Amino acid sequence: MTRHVVVGTGVAGVAAAEAIRSLDVAAEIVLVGDDPFGYYSRPGLAYYLTGETLEKQLYPYAADDFKRLNVRYVKGRATRILRDQHRLEINGTNLLAYDRLLLAVGAQATRLTVPGADLQGVLKLDHLADARQILQSARRAKRAVVIGGGITALELTEGLVAQGARVAYLLRGDRYWSNVLDEAESRIVEKRLKEEGVELVFHAEAVEILGRRGRVAGVRLLDGRTLRCDALAYAIGIQPRLQLAKQSGLAVDRGILVNEYLQTNDSDIFAAGDAAQAYDPLTGRSILDSLWSPAREQGWAAGLNMAGKRAPYVKSAPFNVTRLAGLTTTIIGAVGRGRDDDLVGIARGDSETFRSLPDAAVAQTGFDVNRLRLLVGKKRLIGAVVMGDQTLSLPIQKLIEANADISPIREKLLARDARIADVVVEFWKEWRTEIRD
Amino acid sequence: MSLFDLFRPEASRHTALSAGQVVPDPARCVQCGICSFNCPINIDVRRHAWSGQPVHNSRCLTCGECVTRCPRGALRFEKTGLFAEASQ
Repeated sequence: MTRHVVVGTGVAGVAAAEAIRSLDVAAEIVLVGDDPFGYYSRPGLAYYLTGETLEKQLYPYAADDFKRLNVRYVKGRATRILRDQHRLEINGTNLLAYDRLLLAVGAQATRLTVPGADLQGVLKLDHLADARQILQSARRAKRAVVIGGGITALELTEGLVAQGARVAYLLRGDRYWSNVLDEAESRIVEKRLKEEGVELVFHAEAVEILGRRGRVAGVRLLDGRTLRCDALAYAIGIQPRLQLAKQSGLAVDRGILVNEYLQTNDSDIFAAGDAAQAYDPLTGRSILDSLWSPAREQGWAAGLNMAGKRAPYVKSAPFNVTRLAGLTTTIIGAVGRGRDDDLVGIARGDSETFRSLPDAAVAQTGFDVNRLRLLVGKKRLIGAVVMGDQTLSLPIQKLIEANADISPIREKLLARDARIADVVVEFWKEWRTEIRD
Repeated sequence: MSLFDLFRPEASRHTALSAGQVVPDPARCVQCGICSFNCPINIDVRRHAWSGQPVHNSRCLTCGECVTRCPRGALRFEKTGLFAEASQ
């Protein structure tokens, strides 16, 4: 009987277990994980910090879900892979034999290396243990500083604000998330943060974290300024966990290298999720993805391949929905700097003017801000940012994924004062009926 | 803008609620559980979002709490197709 061993209890590992079970009712599946809390929604930690949900609500799987899946769950840290023996060493002592092995070990927060980074009250957000720490620190912190960019830094900011701390958010540049959002979008987010009482400090680079009696007391910036704080949270990037792979001689780059079947250079060892650098046959490149949904998709594909079905993983167009300062924001395709050569123009507009879509698909509405930015290529939409009202986000996602030929509306979209939302809706209605036929 | 335009968003919301069901987009869902947490009927909307199943549960009130509260906009209302369209 085949034994599949999955290292990691995140969504990639769980999805792989489900995929294996869907093909093989008899195979033995063992999940090995060192997160003491097991499988929970890591993205949900942000909402745990804001108080929108309780800790116990973070678990998608109940105990009998694992039982029904017939998966054995071993709490432990995988320490070595003995490839020629087909064994996994756990906790430095126990050996677990495997037929197929999946490394779904995820990524971890890039550590802050400035002096003082090891003081008490310096916080990151990797897992539930970190989230609990943040909540504990926030309880007594009157002032908090947040360092970093992108989504996680905002989640930390929002969480600390929700817990009653006065937050100063330090940005290195002159606007928020400048490599993805355009200026208007950055300003929208910043304005909302300011309305929540967050102090934004631009051109701020932390060079030293100051402490008193072993705890954070402040932070010194490159330009000499000092800010007082009782807690400092950072989110400056993540790094795939490569130790296990490296130690056993598996090919790694920025992540664990895998082909389109999620296989490493050892045909019995697979990798999926944040730890994996997956090969995209469409672009011929190997890319890191650090989002929940691709992790699940990769895990599922890995599981199918582990169970013997040749199922290539095909990446869909880059796509993420998140919440920025309370605004649901969908980012599709290539939207930031360093874009495609065939980008012809950018259409921006307010999506308040759109009419409702056919079939009354009512998505999230009722935001006070509704912005739409489309990156228009010669014949197709290259990317989009849908901020606020989400009615158009699914149609636009479909158009981008299908590489829909939008030449009939390109002129209209790029015209001055174009009501781009209306133009897209009209096009969408037609396009849908065409592809149905 | 006519009076009808003013009421159109409300009208479409009413249409969705009376003939609609909650439809999840698994690609957007991160299984945070806020949907299930807020359901007044205790439907496990999160489980539906994992499997991509619309909420057929006849106990669903189409109150819209889950749709509104989802931090990732993973849920929307769609017509069930149970009712015949009124003639235009």
